[in-house]
Amino acid sequence: MTDVSNLEYTVDVQGLNKHFGNKHVVRDLSLRVRRGEIFGFLGPNGSGKTTTIRMMCGLLKPDSGTGTCLGYDILRDSAEIKRRVGYMTQKFSFWEDLTITENLDFVARMYEIPSRRQAVRESLEGLGLTARAAQLAGDLSGGWKQRMALAACMLHKPDLLLLDEPTAGVDPRARRDFWDEIQSLAAKGISVLVSTHYMDEAVRCHKLAYIASGTLLVQGSAAEVIAGQHLSTWAIHGNRLSELQQTLRQQPGVAQTVTFGDVLHVSGTDANQLQRIVESAVGSSGRRAEPIDTSLEDVFIYLMGRREEQSGGQP
Amino acid sequence: MKQRHGFSIARWWSLVLKEFTQLRRDRLTFAMIAGIPILQTALFGYAINTNPKHLDTAIISADDTNITRSIIAAMQNSSYFKVVGELPNEAAAREALARGRLLFVVSIPAGFTRQLLRHERPSLLIEADATDPTATGSALAAVNGIVQSVVQREIAGPLAMLQGGPAPFEVNVHQLYNPESITQYNVVPGVMGMVLTLTMVMMTGLAITRERERGTMENLLAMPATPMEVMTGKLIPYIGIGLIQASIILLAARFIFHIPFLGNIGAVYLSTLLFIAANLTVGITFSSLARNQLQAVQLAIFYFLPNILLSGFMFPFKGMPTWAQMIGNLLPLTYFNRLIRGILLKANGWADSWPNVWPMMVFTVALMAVAVATYRRTLD
Ligand SMILES: Nc1ncnc2c1ncn2[C@@H]1O[C@H](COP(=O)(O)OP(=O)(O)O)[C@@H](O)[C@H]1O
Ligand SMILES: [Mg+2]
Repeated sequence: MTDVSNLEYTVDVQGLNKHFGNKHVVRDLSLRVRRGEIFGFLGPNGSGKTTTIRMMCGLLKPDSGTGTCLGYDILRDSAEIKRRVGYMTQKFSFWEDLTITENLDFVARMYEIPSRRQAVRESLEGLGLTARAAQLAGDLSGGWKQRMALAACMLHKPDLLLLDEPTAGVDPRARRDFWDEIQSLAAKGISVLVSTHYMDEAVRCHKLAYIASGTLLVQGSAAEVIAGQHLSTWAIHGNRLSELQQTLRQQPGVAQTVTFGDVLHVSGTDANQLQRIVESAVGSSGRRAEPIDTSLEDVFIYLMGRREEQSGGQP
Repeated sequence: MKQRHGFSIARWWSLVLKEFTQLRRDRLTFAMIAGIPILQTALFGYAINTNPKHLDTAIISADDTNITRSIIAAMQNSSYFKVVGELPNEAAAREALARGRLLFVVSIPAGFTRQLLRHERPSLLIEADATDPTATGSALAAVNGIVQSVVQREIAGPLAMLQGGPAPFEVNVHQLYNPESITQYNVVPGVMGMVLTLTMVMMTGLAITRERERGTMENLLAMPATPMEVMTGKLIPYIGIGLIQASIILLAARFIFHIPFLGNIGAVYLSTLLFIAANLTVGITFSSLARNQLQAVQLAIFYFLPNILLSGFMFPFKGMPTWAQMIGNLLPLTYFNRLIRGILLKANGWADSWPNVWPMMVFTVALMAVAVATYRRTLD
């Protein structure tokens, strides 16, 4: 068996492709996750995140491409991969007609965990689920379901966690607790690949990848991803911003305009041109404009917009 | 490390436990397990147990004497037969039977009484519409007793010496439309095959599609269980359920319907086990084909219909057209019906049973291969 501590990359896949019927869902996707890294996987709904994760853990067979997970070939060694990876599905996929204990116990038996009872008990304690141990999993609220699912996929002490939108629909407090847990796991050397839609979660990842319509557009740390798009951004404060947004959007030097609450972000690739446009548009209207650092969110919205232009305006 | 790739008893057992626990919580399914055999046995059992009487009967009499009138009166008195009139000839009788206007025609040949007096053992012909053998069966069974009573009452005096010997006249029963006469004893064992077919195929079909429909299949597939462990682990509880259902029906057969158990009860259970296995393979194959639970139920019903119609349960097998027999020969229920009736009612042994055992074995092995081949190891 492979010693994970010697592995540089716990996930290393190249040129993955997947079709459903004649729909090309994942295109030439390559990505690498280092040991102990939290790798954020972002992209709009239907862009192929779940499909990619499923290919990594042997639940879907790629049409082409190669790769390894924890040093095991994703095509040939899916049995070994399944034993060592913790996969948390996007949709809650434990048995709602079993209690929490029964679910954990089943999982523990599946992985043939030694001193099973103790492992289950400790897992319940660790997640603060002991009081609810005899409750049917189906009766749990969303946040508790997530916690149980994470506890279950951690039971066999995997070296790699694949988490598919683990915090969708979970309240902010539970999300924060969840991320604290993930960061402490990563500190212990466990690699985590996590898909998410939340920007506050994205900034907590060591590395990010952004996928749109099956194509991986960027990959790197948050700073690298932002720098890679060469965007300058101005923030405009004031009233009747939507009118201003309409005019600015027509300008050739403006790549995108996004409203965040009462602030309008205007981004462009040519810093000087953008400055001229913004200053003349704001003029003496009483609005206030200032250059700011381009945020991750600005970049992702920009990437998504560009992707739509390229694919002929298809969402 | 290598041995962990094989079949793991521990994993397999955890799948069995999980299935049992889930079944226990599923009240409706649980009710069905006991409800279906009880309902079906009661419906079919009591339907056949009603002892139909006053069945329409016509007479073709070519010999009108005191004795023949006495015979007809005795039939009438037995309350099984209700004489509704006379018919001129055989052609008229056939037509009336074909149209379903009559259930019986009694033909008394010319010279019946004269032959009787000469000790020539004349025969009386009873033609019966045996399309529904449960309707005519008990009436025909009563005929011998009627003959006996007529002999005792009427044939006195100079003919007294005819008594005690063989019956002085014969009754030929001619069953029309149903060459392989099915008696009531045939029905309850048949119900067993029917109940097992319905519940086994449907429940296993649902067991796997349910995992897929609820999204739990993804979780199961992401765990290290092998397809063989998942499939057999899921089946074990249903084998238990099948045996419980069979026992309910066998108990009813024995103690409510007083069906004779002539054969070996161990052989009955072995046959049942083989039949359950055959049906479970059908169920898993369906669950691989079906996208959701509704489709699984539809497939189960689709499979159930030819089984109920063409297996010899509803209609006598030999009376079916060749094409129907060919389909029937592909169904395990056909063999199970013969097997279980043979063992229970005719005390058939191993040699008599074998022709019905091996087709079920072939069926099971072939379908298991199909099931394993079509089992989806991935979500593709
Ligand atoms: N089993 C499947 N069969 C057919 N199409 C699928 C299947 N799974 C996913 N898709 C399609 O593939 C695309 C990518 O889906 P998915 O990987 O779930 O995206 P994401 O997780 O990023 O939202 C979507 O258009 C989806 O409809
Ligand atoms: Mg998804």
